[in-house]
Formats: sequence, structure tokens, C-alpha cells
Amino acid sequence: MRNQQTTELLFEQSRAGSCAVHMPECDVPARSLEDMLPEGATGSPPPLPELSEPDLVRHYVNLSTQNMSVDTHFYPLGSCTMKYNPKRNERLASDAGWLGLHPYQPESTVQGVLQVLWECQEMLGEIAGLPAVSLQPAAGAHGEMTALLTAAGYFNDTGQRRDVVLIPDQAHGTNPASAAVAGFRTVEVKSTPEGFVDLDDLESKLDEKTAVFMITNPNTLGLFDGQIARIAELVHEAGGLVYLDGANMNAILGIARPGDFGADMMHFNPHKTFSTPHGGGGPGAGPIAVAEKLGPYLPRPVIARDGETYKLDFDRPKSIGRVRSFVGNVGVLLRMYCYILTHGPDGLRRVSENAVLNANYLLNRVKHFLPVQYGDRCTHEFVATAGELRDRRGISAMDIAKRLIDYGFHAPTVYFPLIVREAMMIEPTESETKATLDAFAEALFRITEEPEDLLHEAPHSTTVSRPDEVLAARKPVLKWKGEG
Amino acid sequence: MPYAPTTTEEQQAMLKAIGAKDIEELFAMIPGELRMDGELQLPAAMGEMELSARMSDLAGKNLPAGSGACFLGGGCYDHFVPAVVDFVASRSEFYTAYTPYQAEASQGSLQAFFEYQTLVTQLTGMDVSNASLYDGAGAAVEAVLMAINATRRDKVVVLDSVHPEYIQTLGTYLTNVKTTIKTLVTVNPDAKQCAASPAALADILNKETACVLVQHPNFFGCLEDVEALAEVTHAAGALLILAVNPVSLGLLKRPGQCGVDIVVAEGQPLGIPMTFGGPGLGIIACSEKFVRRMPGRLVGQTVDRRGRRCWVLTLQTREQHIRREKATSNICTNQGLMALRASVFLAAMGPMGMRQMAELCLQKAHYALDELINTGAVSRVFEQPFFNEFAVRVKGGDPQKLIDAAVTGNIFPGVPLGRWYPEMNDCMLVAVTEKRTKMEIDMLVELVKKT
Repeated sequence: MRNQQTTELLFEQSRAGSCAVHMPECDVPARSLEDMLPEGATGSPPPLPELSEPDLVRHYVNLSTQNMSVDTHFYPLGSCTMKYNPKRNERLASDAGWLGLHPYQPESTVQGVLQVLWECQEMLGEIAGLPAVSLQPAAGAHGEMTALLTAAGYFNDTGQRRDVVLIPDQAHGTNPASAAVAGFRTVEVKSTPEGFVDLDDLESKLDEKTAVFMITNPNTLGLFDGQIARIAELVHEAGGLVYLDGANMNAILGIARPGDFGADMMHFNPHKTFSTPHGGGGPGAGPIAVAEKLGPYLPRPVIARDGETYKLDFDRPKSIGRVRSFVGNVGVLLRMYCYILTHGPDGLRRVSENAVLNANYLLNRVKHFLPVQYGDRCTHEFVATAGELRDRRGISAMDIAKRLIDYGFHAPTVYFPLIVREAMMIEPTESETKATLDAFAEALFRITEEPEDLLHEAPHSTTVSRPDEVLAARKPVLKWKGEG
Repeated sequence: MPYAPTTTEEQQAMLKAIGAKDIEELFAMIPGELRMDGELQLPAAMGEMELSARMSDLAGKNLPAGSGACFLGGGCYDHFVPAVVDFVASRSEFYTAYTPYQAEASQGSLQAFFEYQTLVTQLTGMDVSNASLYDGAGAAVEAVLMAINATRRDKVVVLDSVHPEYIQTLGTYLTNVKTTIKTLVTVNPDAKQCAASPAALADILNKETACVLVQHPNFFGCLEDVEALAEVTHAAGALLILAVNPVSLGLLKRPGQCGVDIVVAEGQPLGIPMTFGGPGLGIIACSEKFVRRMPGRLVGQTVDRRGRRCWVLTLQTREQHIRREKATSNICTNQGLMALRASVFLAAMGPMGMRQMAELCLQKAHYALDELINTGAVSRVFEQPFFNEFAVRVKGGDPQKLIDAAVTGNIFPGVPLGRWYPEMNDCMLVAVTEKRTKMEIDMLVELVKKT
């Protein structure tokens, strides 16, 4: 019962003369355009499509049904923490008292939002074990870059010339990319066969040029690297700083704090750990927490409290400056604030406990037919491999991912981390039931028994199957170019 | 634990299947000495009723400009948001999905972003748009980085009439790389002048200049001679990056017809609430030849194995998850839901809606300026033609006094400029959108008269 007519492109449904809005009459004495604007400054109206409101609603509602989402499906996309997005947070963050705030209003009229943001700084500092917080970054990668620039500010100010960032081979791609944008050279550090940082390799690469060692812990294999205290010791002895990629904080909330196990800087992904919606690819936020000595270099403004009043503090002479306009992705931070307050200290800890329980349970069910190279236990996610199926029957991780869609499950992250062949990175999160995990494991098992051809052509139940990605990249069509 | 559905019995069954005696055992890989001793020092958990009361209490400590007569601008504006925008963005199939890596499970988002890319090219007249960046400042920075890479030159020229926070952001990004920023001074309140002279620009360009960053209408609302600036920029072999107000494009000539190489914008005016400045929407669009240097996600059209038209993320070899340190940018998450809002907004407005909205902004802003000048209490700072925003000097003093006095009447007269331009500490920037009624403008005028 697909309505295919309404999911044609907006431009194909355009009918001259349609319009979904009715602008009011001009209630001030109108002047001629020529009187106000110089000759040649104006153009014809932009050639946008013309549709009515009912056209639009049918179009988008039908389009939306072509998505899998957390609200409709189990979405075990590893490293992305696709947990439930609480509806109360959506409602509470949508109050006109927040949405109507302009960033340049007088401070006396924004005390409520400044209080929320100040409390966010305090709470994130506590969860991180790192007291100085900036809420400016708009996403995790933006947080990484901001923290690296903060480190650069610190080194410059203390007269140290350090320009190398060390990154494990299993790190997210954003780590090396952020280091490059921030002006650092990157050097890769190997992993041991057990999936941890190779300490010898790390030690051999640490020297007076080392600025920062970036580590994701728990790492991208879903393992907590217990060497972290020793790693931090080595990095600190070399004069460097330890950065913790907080992508996997969902495993350790209230259990271990990055600041306590040796990190000097970290970012949070509120859209992962603190349940703010992923939005089809943003908006997220990427607040960072850093050690006391790095605090003065954080972006300005930060939120300060003076008795009972809150203010934007720009008077920070050592600050690296802004990394964006205005204050931050406040709409996202409000939802994060609601999430943290809903849970409290005990609740946050139980989030991680349940996330780790769910992941271990699923690992235990899956490992018998999709081997998990790196151990019998995991934190909040694990990486299985379809390498053997590939060798034996030509079935790839991608085949399995696509076939899962037919069973009503979103695919896990595939082909990451790069150090695992035919990797399938599975993160169930705490918001799934045992019944869902059982059904998912059952589907995975059945898929591994299915005929090769069926899998190579999966999915079979969706409106499209196996888009030609090579064609898309070779002859890019990045916009609608008219009929025919 | 409102959002973890597993019961105690289920937990026990799961632990048994795993072969662990308790949950504690699952954390054995974290050495004991690295664990927390006690609990996090956070407020105790709140139920939905308590949380709602607290949030309502906190929201009540704000006086949102959007609920009053808001004349604040400077990159964030109080425009009307049609209900259909909120409705579409609240479809949880959109807002609870992630980046559309699995095309078959994400055709809804992918098509919506493909439409967004098309709508942005229609609005700007450029060849290609990406699927969004963080915000206007970030888009300006990414455009500069694109230009540095495309030209293999390392000097950047920025007009001082560009949004000061964009200039500051650019400065932060470039502090640790070998690039120099040269600011062209065009803002001269004494001469009542803030638009750039093409000749003055030509004078500071040379064969090391990668690009020129111009804002049009500029930070003070005034129009720039974009075509002339593009001409001198190209004569030096550099690229012109233009930051625009997307609403102005309902009326003004499209950048694609003015010789602009990369267009950037803060997309907040397109159906996105102000929310204290974020999340917004970073718009970036460029000429075809720079497409492989574009940062962020791009959605492309293709066909599936049965020949059906469909959409995928494409040209991913530019991106961090493939190219790592050699990527065009470190961007991963962008502003998908905000791009969706902007799409619905633009499609709802259509060509005539955008034209009418832009004209209303223009007419009302000009009426407001005329009436304010007539009071004799303020004077115009710059004499150039403007769109919907203008700077005024408050005679005899501090605009903050006026702004503070206006709060009780729920009027937000403008943004004081002294924060960024000490020489203009008696000036403020006044923005007028289609939402402001004649009555509200007249109230502002009365207030200025009295204060």
C-alpha cells in the first residue's frame, strides 16, 4: 500500500500557483523597491517548487515511512548508541520559554537558560571527573577539534612546541581528521592481538614532539583497555596530554570517570550517551571537559555563576576563542539536562549496567555462529566477524546487514573498526528488551543459514535494494535537474 | 529507570545465560583501582512530574524575545515558523533515525536531503549544496578551508563587515595552521560607510590570496557590490566566499549569478526556532568544480539493482571515516533535522512566499528606520542601502539603557554593538522581520522617543 505518487520529488509535484503559506498584507506604508535597493540588486523569485500544505504533509509522512528509526525498529548501529529518545525531553525542550530565546537578549532575561547551561557544565564535569567544561562544540568531532585546539593553546602558552597527535589504529576516523584540521601531524599506534593499545609501540612513538594521545576507552572493539593508567603515565612522562573520545561513555557512567583514570580532556556525545535524538544525522552536541590547568584555554564564553545570577563570561584572556557562533546547540543540551536529571547518579549507573548486560547477553548468543575475535566479554558493544562466512560461502558482512533489514532490524555498523575483517559492530543499548535481543540473535542465525544468492540480493522487502554506489560516485547527481 | 525495560527476572536469566554471577562481574575488565569509590555527585533522580515542574520553573526565569516584539538580529532572527515544519520534524521516523548509512533503511532521510540540496541550489543559484554543516560560522570556516585547498594558497582576506563571531571562529580554527588572515577595513562609522570598495579590495589581493570572505547583506545589514568584488577577487586568482541571509534571497539577485564561488549561510531563518542560538543550520553551496572538496555529507541519485531511482550517501572518499587525516573535513554528524526543517519551510513558502516574506522584511525595516530617525533620538550609522537590518546611534548615550527600559514592555529594541566594536558603543543593530507589526514598530518608536 505504498503511495508512490506522493513520494515523487517535491519538484515533480510542483504545480504553478500552489503555496502552503499566506503572508500577511504589508501594514506599513509601502515604498517602491527601486527607492530602497540599488539597480541590479534584485533578482527574480527563487525557482522553488510550488506545493500546498496537504501535498507537503503527504509527501513527508510517506517519505518518513521509508526510514528505519529507533521509534520503529531495533537499531543496533555500533558506536552510535541508538537508545530510546524520551518523549518528555522533546516536550520539555520545546517550550516557548526556550525556543523563543535570542542569543543577544539582555542577560537579565535569560537567567533560566543560563542556569540550565551552568548546571550542565557542572554535571558533565562531575561525570567526566574533569572540572572545566565548554558547551560550545556542535558535535563529537567538533569537540575533538576544540579540545585539540585547547591543548595547542596550552602548549603555546607554556612555550612547548609539540605538534604530533598519536592515535590507535582502531580509532574513529574523526580522530585523525580532527587532529589534521587542528594543525597537528598524526602518528598511528598499533593494537595488540588482544585488541588493546600496544604499549611498546606507544612508548617508541612518544617524544618531546608528542602533544596528545587520543584514545577511545572503552575502545571501538567494545573492550575497556585496563592499561589506561599506565598509558596515561607514559604520555604524561613524555609531557603529552591524554584525550578521551567519549563516544563510548554509555558503558561507564558512574562506574569509572575519565579524569580519574588518566584523561586530561574528553568530549561527550549527548546524542549517544544522553539520549538526545540523532535527527537523521544531527543536530548533536559535543561538549568537552578538561583538567583544571587546561580550563583557561577553553573557548569563550563559558557560563559563570555570580551569587544567584548567571552570566556569559567572555573575560578569559587565555581562551582559544570561539569555535562557533552564539553559545552552543542549546536545544540539544536541554534534552541532555532532562535526561541526566531523570536518572540521577544511581540511574545513570544503571543505564551503563543494563547497556553492558544487554551487549554481553547478545554477544553470548551471537558468538557461536559469528565469531567475536576479541574475547568472551565486552562492554556496551562488541565486534563480530563474518570473515569465516566470507571465506567459506562468499557471504559478506554487508550481505548480512542488508538481509537483517528484511527481518525488521536495522543493520549494525559494518566494516568498522578497520582492524577486524568483515566487521559487524553491534550495540544494543540499555533500552532494548531481552525478547528483542533474542529475536535479533535468532534472525542473525537464520541469515547465516540462508542461501548465498538470497543474501547477495537482500534486502527484498524494501522499496529499493542495493543502490549502485559506484554509479553515484562516478557520475554524481547531487540535485534534481528537471524532467527527463 | 524509566527507559531500561529489562526486569530483574530477565536480568537474572540473562546473567545465567552469560555465565556471570552478577552484573558487577561484567565490569571485571575495568581494574578496581580505576573505578569510582562512591556515587556521582548529581541531583537525585526526578520523575516526569517533578522534572516538568522544574523545567517550567526554569523556563519561567526567561523572558523570550520571540514572545515579545523582537528587533534582535545579528545572525539569528525571529521569523515565522509554519506549523507544517514542526509537524514534519516531529515525525519520529525522521528524528530518531541516524545518518543514512544503510540506504535501503533510510530512503526517507536520503530523499529529503537530496531535496534539501536541490532547494539550496535553487535558492542560491549555485551548482551544488551539501546536506548541511553545523552553523553559519562553521560553514564560513569550511568554505575558507576548501578555498585554501583548492587554490593551494595560504592567505585569507576577510572583510571587517562580516559577522564578528564568524571572524573570531575563523581565527580560532586557523591559529594552529600555516595560514594568515588579513582583515580589510571597510567599516567606517565616521564616513557613514560600511560597504567594501572593490578598488580597496584589489589593493590588498595578490597571488598568495586564497579567498575573500564577504557577507551580503553584511553584519550591519548593508548591501555589498558582490559582482564587482567577485571580479577583482577573480582577477587575483582567488575565490569569493559569500555569507548570505537566506531570507534575502527571496528578493536579491542570487549569488550564483554574481560570480560567487562558494556561498555559506546560517539557515536558522528558514523555519528553525532561535533557541538561544542553536541548533542552527550551516548552509554551504559551491560551483561544480569544487564538489570533491566539499565537506560533510552529500546525497546522490543512483539506481538500485532493479533499475529503480534511489538515493545514497556519495563521494564518501572525501570523508573522515574513509580518508581519516586526509579527509576534506572532520565533520561526521551534521544538522540533518534542521536541514529537514529548512526544506519543509522552503517548499511551503515556494517562490512567491519567499518573495513576499523578503519584501515584508524590507518594507518594515525601512519604515522602522524612517520612524526612528524622525524621533530625533537616534541617527543612522551607515548610509548604504540595506535589507532588513540597520545600525543606529543612540543620541547621548548607551543603548543598554534603552534596551533595559524596554524589557518591561516586552520589547527587544536591538543588539548593542559595543561588545564587538568599542567605537560603536553608543550604537545598536535593529532587525525587522515579517513578524513585526506596524503597532510593534510604533511601540518601539514611542519608547525611543521617551527614553
